[in-house]
Amino acid sequence: MCGIVGIQLRDETLYPNLGALLTPMLCHAAHRGPDSAGVGLYGDARYTRPGFSSISVLLGEVEVSQVTTALARDRDLGAVEVTAAGPTTVIRAATEPWTLERGVAEILDGTGAIIIGRGRELAVLKGTGDPSALAATFDLTRATGYQGIAHTRMATESAVTSAHSHPFSVAADLCLVHNGSFANHATIRRQLQAEGHVFDSDNDSEVGARYLAHKLSEGSDLEKALRQLCDEFDGFYTLLVTTADSFAVVRDAIACKPAVIAQTDSWVAMASEYRSLAGLPGIDQARLFEPEPEEVYLWQR
Amino acid sequence: MTPTDPQPTTDRRAERTTKVVDLASSSVRELNQALHESSSTGGESSAVEWVITNPQGEHAIACGLTEPVHVRIEGHVGYYCAGMNQRAHVEVRGNAGVGLAENMMSGRVDVSGDASQSAGATGHGGLLVINGNAAARCGISMKGIDIVVGGNVGHMSAFMAQAGRLVICGDAGDALGDSLYEAHLYVRGTVKSLGADCVAKPMRAHHHTELADLLSRAAMAYSTAEFTRYGSARSLYNFHVDNAY
Repeated sequence: MCGIVGIQLRDETLYPNLGALLTPMLCHAAHRGPDSAGVGLYGDARYTRPGFSSISVLLGEVEVSQVTTALARDRDLGAVEVTAAGPTTVIRAATEPWTLERGVAEILDGTGAIIIGRGRELAVLKGTGDPSALAATFDLTRATGYQGIAHTRMATESAVTSAHSHPFSVAADLCLVHNGSFANHATIRRQLQAEGHVFDSDNDSEVGARYLAHKLSEGSDLEKALRQLCDEFDGFYTLLVTTADSFAVVRDAIACKPAVIAQTDSWVAMASEYRSLAGLPGIDQARLFEPEPEEVYLWQR
Repeated sequence: MTPTDPQPTTDRRAERTTKVVDLASSSVRELNQALHESSSTGGESSAVEWVITNPQGEHAIACGLTEPVHVRIEGHVGYYCAGMNQRAHVEVRGNAGVGLAENMMSGRVDVSGDASQSAGATGHGGLLVINGNAAARCGISMKGIDIVVGGNVGHMSAFMAQAGRLVICGDAGDALGDSLYEAHLYVRGTVKSLGADCVAKPMRAHHHTELADLLSRAAMAYSTAEFTRYGSARSLYNFHVDNAY
């Protein structure tokens, strides 16, 4: 069991309240996944800024000062800003995401630290422990932005570590949370490794994220990539997948794992259980429905 | 008394005592405890109407009731609402989460909106009325419960249904009635696909009678002539007399 929640805001006046909306959604999913939690935030001014790229990192044993000192010597990057959020550190610079990622990856090579998010809009914060306590560590109630997703984990198939926590973000601004378990992830992981993809963990959900990134890089749009995932992946899944401008939900053929979607003119939100949605403004007038199996639901900003 | 004076009401509802429990300030455990204690007062309890406000999708609301109390819930409920119900009438003015009225023994449960997966699962008796749609596995392994759904049901509904009646006023999803035993299924709309051993069957007089009774009790204004009956073809392995040793 795991809990997933997310919201895409349509009404700009709600952007300052993203964290205030997302935090109770996450906390009401805490009972579904008490091991770990994480969030993907789009457009949070604390971590992202127009004209900048952001890289989210689990530094582990590496000191933040080591990273800032090393990055200051990289003349390609210009001014670099570093923000700590619990177990996660977010690094941003006025350059392309891949330039910054390459610079950060060189510094971290061999240290055991891993990059868990990248993009122009996205910051990924995750860790292990009580989800509500983590939300406090992330100071999540103060988050701002236009879109956010979150996950609470009850591990079933791999270790409880920050690296195994969700969300998984393996391509710029792409972010995935998963409730369920993929049965054939080992096979698909080997196929992707043969194509040159390198994995950060042995988590089955990371295979889903890398598969989607691979399909997107081959030219599929997110809707098509999710349909391809349904064709190739076996097992149980409710997936919430976001990009800089999309918010998408898909469930496996037998709809094993729960999901409920609520939609108003001001926002669209998804959660494993209605109770995560109960506090949203205008929920009484929202269109509420359960997504059908193997049907891709996608909202574009 | 002049003719313009207010007349004493004879509405039976007015004779009831209403008890309001606000789940914004009270826990589900406290509510269920109070409902169970109310049940133990016996005959008096039927005169009490419980009104539950701010359910906020909480799980296990009004579970395990055993006496004929009336409970009205104003809003959406979470998992297992009215589970294991006996004799009580639980009314949800909103949507219900997974496992609504699962293993109901008797009594009645009404939902004004939609119900999530496995509504009425394993129910032995009583009547479950869902005015909106029910999701997948509605009436899975039902053992005598009657279920009336005003809208559609999802895939694998009435899977291994053993006894009772499932009335679907809208459409049914994939694999309706897979591995069905002796439950009666009535569908007004289309069936996306039938499960193993489930077949359409003719409506005989007593089928019209039982369906009319269920529609009437559920306040669904449809003619029984609009429905198709489905049931077991009795051709699965265990039904072959030749397979007996």
